[in-house]
Amino acid sequence: MIIHCKDLRVFQFSLSFSKEEDAKKIFQGIVHHCLEPKSLRCLFAFSYCENTSYPEVQRKKQTVMFDSVEDWIQDMKRTKGNCRVVSENSNFELSPKLPQFFIVPSNVSDEDLTKYQGKGLPMWCWSHHSGCALFKTASIPLVQEDNVPQTYMEKMLTAVAHNHLYSVKTEDLSDTLPAVQDILLSYNKFKQFFLIDNTTEFWMSDMKWFSSLDNCGWLDIIRQCLQKAVEVVECLEKENTNVLIMEEGGSDLCCVVSSLVQLMLDPYYRTLLGFQSLVQKEWVAGGHAFLDRSNHLHLKDKAESQSPVFLLFLECVWQLQQQHGPAFQFSETYLTVLSDSVHVPVFTTFLFNNDSHRDNILRAESPHTQRSPLNCPTVWDWSVQFDCKAQDLFTNPLYSEKPKQDTSVRKSYRPKHLRQLSLPSSAFKTPPKKGFFKDEADNLKKILGVKRLSRWMLSPSSESPQTSSSVREFYEAWQTKPLDYHGLLLPCLDGPSIRVWMQRYLRWIHDVQILGGGPVAMLSKVSEILGEVQELQRQLDRHGCTLTSNHKGARPRAKTASVIAARSSVRLSSSFPFVTSRNWLFKPAIPTSLLQSLMVTGMAGNLADREDDGGGPESLV
Amino acid sequence: MASASIPVYNSSNNPLENSSSHNASRESLKMELLADCSLLPGEERIIDKDIIYICPFSGALKGKVFITNYRLYFKSADADPAVTLDVPLGAIGRVEKMGGASSRGENSYGLDITCKDMRNLRFALKQEGHSRRDIFDILFKYAFPLSHGLLLFAYLSQEKFEENGWSVYKPMEEFRRQGLPNDKWRVTFINANYELCDTYPTILVVPFKATEEDLRKVCTFRSRGRIPVLSWIHRENQAVICRCSQPLVGMSGKRNKDDERYLDLIREANGTAKLTIYDARPSVNAVANKATGGGYEGDDAYQNAELVFLDIHNIHVMRESLKKLKDIVYPNVEESHWLSSLESTHWLEHIKLVISGAIQVADKISGGNSVVVHCSDGWDRTAQLTSLAMLMLDSHYRTLRGFQVLLEKEWISFGHKFANRIGHGDKNHADQDRSPIFVQFIDCVWQMTKQFPTAFEFNERLLVTILDHLFSCRFGTFLFNCESARDTNELRSKTVSLWSLVNSDLSFYQNPFYTPESNRVLYPVASMRHLELWVTYYIRWNPRIRQQSTMGLFTVHHGSLHSPPWVSSQSTMGLFTVPMGLFTVPMSNAQYYTET
Repeated sequence: MIIHCKDLRVFQFSLSFSKEEDAKKIFQGIVHHCLEPKSLRCLFAFSYCENTSYPEVQRKKQTVMFDSVEDWIQDMKRTKGNCRVVSENSNFELSPKLPQFFIVPSNVSDEDLTKYQGKGLPMWCWSHHSGCALFKTASIPLVQEDNVPQTYMEKMLTAVAHNHLYSVKTEDLSDTLPAVQDILLSYNKFKQFFLIDNTTEFWMSDMKWFSSLDNCGWLDIIRQCLQKAVEVVECLEKENTNVLIMEEGGSDLCCVVSSLVQLMLDPYYRTLLGFQSLVQKEWVAGGHAFLDRSNHLHLKDKAESQSPVFLLFLECVWQLQQQHGPAFQFSETYLTVLSDSVHVPVFTTFLFNNDSHRDNILRAESPHTQRSPLNCPTVWDWSVQFDCKAQDLFTNPLYSEKPKQDTSVRKSYRPKHLRQLSLPSSAFKTPPKKGFFKDEADNLKKILGVKRLSRWMLSPSSESPQTSSSVREFYEAWQTKPLDYHGLLLPCLDGPSIRVWMQRYLRWIHDVQILGGGPVAMLSKVSEILGEVQELQRQLDRHGCTLTSNHKGARPRAKTASVIAARSSVRLSSSFPFVTSRNWLFKPAIPTSLLQSLMVTGMAGNLADREDDGGGPESLV
Repeated sequence: MASASIPVYNSSNNPLENSSSHNASRESLKMELLADCSLLPGEERIIDKDIIYICPFSGALKGKVFITNYRLYFKSADADPAVTLDVPLGAIGRVEKMGGASSRGENSYGLDITCKDMRNLRFALKQEGHSRRDIFDILFKYAFPLSHGLLLFAYLSQEKFEENGWSVYKPMEEFRRQGLPNDKWRVTFINANYELCDTYPTILVVPFKATEEDLRKVCTFRSRGRIPVLSWIHRENQAVICRCSQPLVGMSGKRNKDDERYLDLIREANGTAKLTIYDARPSVNAVANKATGGGYEGDDAYQNAELVFLDIHNIHVMRESLKKLKDIVYPNVEESHWLSSLESTHWLEHIKLVISGAIQVADKISGGNSVVVHCSDGWDRTAQLTSLAMLMLDSHYRTLRGFQVLLEKEWISFGHKFANRIGHGDKNHADQDRSPIFVQFIDCVWQMTKQFPTAFEFNERLLVTILDHLFSCRFGTFLFNCESARDTNELRSKTVSLWSLVNSDLSFYQNPFYTPESNRVLYPVASMRHLELWVTYYIRWNPRIRQQSTMGLFTVHHGSLHSPPWVSSQSTMGLFTVPMGLFTVPMSNAQYYTET
C-alpha cells in the first residue's frame, strides 16, 4: 500500500504479513476516512471539540481576529484610513457572502449596501499613509443592454475615487492572473516532482529537473502574483491613487494580491502576530472559501472548486522572505507548518467558506444550543500542535527588530516620516495639493470619474507590456535607495530570484538531506552566538554596568548557551523537523544513472570527443 | 600601514559590488583620487579620453576613461550617482572596433570589449578624426602585454603587504601535517630539477618501496611523465589519494609491468584489497584516447584494481557551456523560461558531475580504500576531483589558510595550466586551450559552502576575490603553467602573492558562522535540487540582481538580534502520526493498491 500525503510524504506499507481481510479493512478505513465524500459535521474537528475542554484564555491572545467591529476600527485607525465601518451585516442580513463586519468608502450609502448581494461593493483592505487606499470587490458580470450594474459600478468607483484625490485605478484579476483551476493544474504537476518514493526515480528525474520545473508553470504563477502585487504597490506608493482590485467572487486572487501588497508596504504584517492578523483579515474574514478550495469533504461536485490558492499566497510570502530575510519576524518553518495546517481538519480557521457559514455551523453543532457557539481552536493556537520548543522555530533569529520601539505593542503608532523614508523617491510623489482639488471638487469629480472609468474599460492585455516595464523601473528606483527592513519591500522577479521552497517540498526526500548542513546549520550557529551575547549581557548586567540597551525586551535566558552547546556536536538533518542524525546511515548519496542521462549532443558532440590539449601525448613519440 | 596604498579590492565594505558598474558615491570618491593620482604602486597612467560608455543597464553615459598599465577606469560625467567601471586589463579577453567612420546611427562607432569575468563593455567615440585609433592601440597593447613583448603587471607592481603570501605553502610542512613521510610513504627529490616531469613540483611523495629507478620506468608509461604520486593520506586508515595522468596504452593495448607493480605498491601500502582508479573522463573518451597513444588501465593488466569512469567532460565542453551561460545572463537575464535556458547550458550539470565524482573519491577514502585519480593529463579534471575530495575529507582545507594551501598544492604546484587556460596577457582570444576549469572548481566550492554554511572559515568574498585575481594579473599567484616555468621566470621573487593581500586582512574574508569541527567528512548532495546558479558571481554586474549576503545580514543587524534560542524540535503530533486530513485525493486509483 502506498500512501501519498498532502504534505508530500510518501509511505509504503507491505501488507504481505497481514490477513487479506485485515488488509482490506485497513485500506477501506483509510479510504473511508479521508477520501470519501462526507458532510462537514463528520470532520474530526467536531468530535475533537466535543471531547476537548479547550481553555478559553489562550484564545485570541494577540492575533487580531477581525470578528468584531472594534478590530476593524482599530486596523483602520492604525493605517489612518478614513472610511465607513459597516456593522449592518452582523447577523448576515445584507448578504451571507459578506463578512460580518467590513469597511467601505465613506461615500457608499445604505442603499448601495444592499444591492447585488455585496457584489461590486468595494471592501476596504488597507490605507496608505498618503491617504489613498486599497479596495477589493467581487465583480458584477456586465450584461450588455443592461445598464443598471454598470451605473452601479460607476457609482462605486466614484465612491472609491472620493476616498483620496479623486483618483482610482482598477484591475480585474480574472483577466490578468491564472484562473483557480489553472492554479490547481499547475500545482498538481508541480507536486508530482516531490512525491518520490525511491532513489532510482529520484536520480532519474534529476537531470531534467530545471526544465520540468519550468514546464509545470508553478513558479511562473508565483511570479505573476508577485508582479501584480508590485503593480498595485506602485499605484499606491508612487502615484498615490486608490486601487480597486476585482475578480469574480472577490475572495481568491484578490486575497492573494491584497495581502501581498500589505506585506510589502506595511512592516506590521511582517511580524508574526501581524501576519496572523493579516490572514484573519484578508482570508478568513475576507471570505476565502477554504472549505471548497481545499475540499476537505471530498465532494465530487466540489472537486472543481478545489485549488491551492492559500498555498500560492504562502509561496509568494516565502519568496519575499527569502529575498529579505531580516524583514520578517516569522521563519520559513512557520510558513511550512502553516501550509500543512490547512489540511488538518481541526481548526476553525480553514474549515469554512465564509463568516456566515462558520457562524451557522458552529451554532448548529454546539452542544448547548441556547448558549455560545461551539468553541473550536483556531490554527493560531499553535500549542495544540506544537510544544514550546517547536514553536521557537517559528521566529526568525535574524529578524531585524525595529529599534527604540516596542513591537510587542500591537497597535503601536508609527510616525509617518519613518515609513516615508522608504519611498522610492520623493520626487515621484504627487504633491498633496488637497486644497486645490477641494475647491473644484465637484467638477473634477465628474471628469476624473469618467476618465478613469474609460481606462478601466480598456482591455488589460493591451497595457501589459507597458506595465511590465514600468514595474521594472519602479523596482530599480526602489533598489537604488538604501534598504529599510521596516519600509517598503519589493521582490526581485528575475528568473534566478524565484525559487523552489526547498524546506517544504524536499523535506521528506531522503536523498537530498544534507547531513550537518543546510540553512538549519546556520540557524543553530546564530542561536549559539545569540546565547553567548545574551550570556555576556547578563554578566554585564550583574556587574552593574547596565547597557543603554535598546532591546530590554530580549531577556537573557540563562540556559540557552549550554543547551545549544550540548546540541552543537550533534548533526542535524537539513529538513524540518531537523531530526538529529545519529541513527542515520552516514553515507553520501551518490547519483545513479549518470551515464545514460549524459547529454552533450549534436554540435557539442565533436567537442566532447576532442583531446584536452591538442595533439596526443608527447611522450608517445 | 605597510601598504603604501590601500588596495582597491580591499577598501570597500562590500567587495562584491566593488567594481560593479554602479558604485556607491563613497566608492567613487575614493576612485576619483585613484584615477587622478593615487594608483597602485607601480601603476602608471597611459591615456585618458572623453568617451561614451554604453551601459546595458542605464544607457549611454558620457564620461572619461582612464587607462593605466593595470586597469581601465571609467567615470561618468553627469549621471547621479556617478557610474564607474574599474576593470583590470587582465580581465579583458578581446578588444574589437565597432562600426566604421561612416557608420550611421548614434553611438555606432567605438570599441567592443569582451571580458573574461562574464561581462562585455561597449564604448562609443566621436566619428571624426580617427578618435579611437590611439585608445584602441593602447588598450590592445596593454591588455595583451605578452603578445607585445611587455611584462605582465604583476612584474611591475610595487605593492607591499604585511604578510608574505609566498610563505603560505611549504610542501614539506604540509606533508608533515599529514603525518608524512612514514614507513609506507617516502619523500623523493627525484624531480628537484624537473627532470622526471617538467610539470610536477620538485617534492613528491611516493610508495616507500618504489625506488628512484622504478619511478623513472613508470614515468615512461604515463602521459607527460605525470606518474602517480600521493596527494593526501587519511590519518587513521592510511588510505591515500594519488593523482597522475593516463597510462600510455595506445591502440595495441601496451602493458607496462613497472606501472602495474607501482600501482600495486600504492594498494599494498594500507592493505587495501582493491585499488580504485577513478578515470574522470567518460569511458567513450578514454577509449578514444587510445588512438592518440593514451588510454586507461585495463582489467587484465591491473588485476588488483577496479576502474571507474566519472563521466566528466573535457575543457572544450566546459568552455562552451560557460559561454552559453554568459549568453543567458549578460547583459540581461533571460526572461522567458529561465530554468529551461539554464538547463540547456548544462553548466550546473557539469558541476553536479564533478561534485559527485569527488564524493565518490571521498567516500572510498573514508571506507579505507586508496584511490588513484586521473584524466588525460591529470591537470584539469584530476585537480578538481582531488582538491574537492580533500576539501570534503580534511577540515584543515576548509580554513582560510588551509584553503590557500589546497590551491597552492593541488592546482598551482601540480601544474594546472593557468597560463593556457586563462590566457594571461595573450591576445589570442580564440585559443582552444582556454577553459574555465578553475572557475568551475571554485563554483563547486561555493556550492559546498552553500550546503554547509558553517563548515568553512572563509566566506564568499574570498572566492570572488580569487576569481577576480585569477584574471587580473596583479598578483603572481595564478601566473604560468607549472613550477618549472615559475622558477625560470623568478615569479616568487619578482611578484606579490594574492595571499599577501588576503592574509593582511583576514577578517574581511571570514565567515561569521564558521564552527570548527575537525575529522568531519562533508558530503554535499550532488542533486540538481540543491545546486544553484552562483548568482552573486555570474550575474553580479546586473544591478537588478541584488542578492542578500548572509554576512551582510549578520554584520549589519547584530545590534538588534532578538529571538528565542534555537532548540531541538519534536512536534507534539510526532513524526509518524498523520492527521487524516493530510491524505491526498488520488489522481487515479492506480496510486493505491494493495499487495497481498
